[in-house]
Amino acid sequence: MATQTRTTGGAPAPGGSSFSLSDPTVRAVVYQVLVVGAVVLVGWFLISNTLDNLARRSIATGYSFLEREAAFGIGEHVIDYSPKDSYGRAFLVGVLNTLKVSIIGVILATIIGTLIGVARLSSNWLIAKLASTYVEIVRNIPPLLQLFFWYALVSDGLPPVRSALNPIPGVFLSQRGLFVPAPSADPVWTMMGIAFLVAVVAAYVLRRWAKARQARTGQIFPVGWTALGLMIGLPLIAYVAGGAPTALDMPTLKGFNFVGGMVLSPEFFAILMGLTIYTAAFIAEVVRSGIIAVNWGQTEAARALGIPSGPTLRLVILPQALRVIVPPLTSQYLNLTKNSSLALAIGYPDLVSIANTTLNQTGQAIEGVTMIMGTYLSISLSISIFMNWYNKRIALVER
Amino acid sequence: MKSGILAAAAAAVVVTATAGAQAATLDTVKSRGFVQCGVNAGLPGFGSPDSAGNWTGLDVDYCRAVAVAIFNDPNKVKFTPLSAQQRFPAIQSGEVDLLSRNTTVTLTRDTSVGLNFAPVTYYDGQGFMVNKKLGVKSAKELNGATVCVQSGTTTELNLADFFRSNNMSYNPVVIESNDEVNAAYFAGRCDVLTTDVSGLAGTRAGVAPVPDDHVILPEVISKEPLAPAVRHGDDQWFDIVKWTINVAIQAEEFGITSKNVDEFVNSKNPDILRFLGTTPGMGKALGLDEKYAYNVVKKVGNYGEVFDRNVGPGTPLKLERGLNALWTKGGLQYSAPFR
Repeated sequence: MATQTRTTGGAPAPGGSSFSLSDPTVRAVVYQVLVVGAVVLVGWFLISNTLDNLARRSIATGYSFLEREAAFGIGEHVIDYSPKDSYGRAFLVGVLNTLKVSIIGVILATIIGTLIGVARLSSNWLIAKLASTYVEIVRNIPPLLQLFFWYALVSDGLPPVRSALNPIPGVFLSQRGLFVPAPSADPVWTMMGIAFLVAVVAAYVLRRWAKARQARTGQIFPVGWTALGLMIGLPLIAYVAGGAPTALDMPTLKGFNFVGGMVLSPEFFAILMGLTIYTAAFIAEVVRSGIIAVNWGQTEAARALGIPSGPTLRLVILPQALRVIVPPLTSQYLNLTKNSSLALAIGYPDLVSIANTTLNQTGQAIEGVTMIMGTYLSISLSISIFMNWYNKRIALVER
Repeated sequence: MKSGILAAAAAAVVVTATAGAQAATLDTVKSRGFVQCGVNAGLPGFGSPDSAGNWTGLDVDYCRAVAVAIFNDPNKVKFTPLSAQQRFPAIQSGEVDLLSRNTTVTLTRDTSVGLNFAPVTYYDGQGFMVNKKLGVKSAKELNGATVCVQSGTTTELNLADFFRSNNMSYNPVVIESNDEVNAAYFAGRCDVLTTDVSGLAGTRAGVAPVPDDHVILPEVISKEPLAPAVRHGDDQWFDIVKWTINVAIQAEEFGITSKNVDEFVNSKNPDILRFLGTTPGMGKALGLDEKYAYNVVKKVGNYGEVFDRNVGPGTPLKLERGLNALWTKGGLQYSAPFR
């Protein structure tokens, strides 16, 4: 705008007398103020009107209900929960359930998607066609139908709880899910967790040191293997030092259900499988496009320089492929997270399911919906910020 | 679930958009030419479309009764099938004029949800259904059971309260769609299905592969008075709905049915003459036709006829009158006087 003013020629006269709509700068400012004003006005009108109407129909407003007792049960919870807890805690349980399925889903979908994407480029005809078939079938069926399929597979395909399959002692598979023995509570497990974290930090420090040394002397240190050794070795040492407890909490059929052990519920299985398999098909295409995007000449150039094939992939091909892969991959991660709201259809207590129950018990639909929107927005923006940061890190540095 | 959210979001928009448009519902309905009524999407006996696509059921009949009271035509009503979650946003926002969808009267709904409840059309209570093979005789034996329940209903709360007060644990499987809840139960995902006893009877009669395999346990763990509701803010409309339902109850008490109503038009009983509009006054007070009660009885029937037609012993639901008998016969159905 400033440059435009200059090109229109004629020095603007000083003082207020120069206010004229023919001046592009003034015009731009006036229009922008008008637009912003209109948006604010409409927003204010909508909000005040809503509050006014709610008050006139004496419908309760505000978020104070979050402190009231929820008084409904939730089937799966990562943190302790009972109907005595508040609506706020119930909502938190829902958020954590959504995060649980999203995080595991993203990891699994990335692994499966990458494998399928690479397989589709395979020179083996059968593997390539199988991968193509998978992608074309899965991504063309609505995800809700796929959820019903996986859920029906468990609830109709597996035997009732009293005639559960028992392939390995202590492992039971039935309509109620997969029950496996869990290690009994013991301080050793916490110690092993800490040991693992220490190993992760040590591996990071080691990597920095190895890089610096390589830059200085040119010697390469096997960071990958050492890090793996640390991450397995340290927790193992902690386990042995803690007395190597072997006590297991075995699931046993008591009354109606299996009690004890760990359980993979049919609802969680269905939503996880549905989201993973569906999203993996899209990720496969993203990965395939990324690999194709790197010119074959790059590989030939690396070979000409005498770089072995492993480092060629790691240092030449992947960094360039990732630049193409990461932005669309971010969209897929966001899709997977948002699709997890389909969980309600098959009874997995995600945040939408719990917020829905809450807004139904309290009748405060607007508050409930704003909470759902706020939470998804926060999760999605967090994923975006992280992936953008990662994208920037791997982006081609132009000099 | 999506639909629930959409409805709620739409409600937010509509609540916003109908500023000041709280003009008398009766006028709106008259100028529109029909009553918009929110009903259950598929609960046999209360609200469900029959094989020809016509809506039938006890709740549906009270929608028709209101249409008759206003238009003297039971077909001047359009039905909006609503899930448990969609129903409150739908009535709050004005999407429907009347919510007649087996909805339990509670304090919260009467106050913070912003509803006014008409007289109870069905006194119900929550029960449990289990497979006979489990050999369970009482709900007190259900410790540790997996329970299928529909989301967004009072049922979810009663269930939690019942198990809590009896020091028992349970594992809820909460699904939004009624059909999916039933499917999960009949597939064996849950040991127990819980909802209102009338709903259990309807499900057993209409959905169970073999109805006799399933037994409804004797315990009724809650009071579920089901009543039609309107939104706050229009007293005349509330009065019309209230006194239309009272017509059905009062008619049964008088012994007036859809078949014999004409014989009562010139009755000797001044109460009946006022009721049927031969002596004018009642209809005008509501802003309706003087003969609205006559029309309702003639075209829809009295409470007993509506009950027998939809859920009574002659229907697949095979429900007894029980609490829903007239107060003169040991039940709770009681109409305030027409005077």
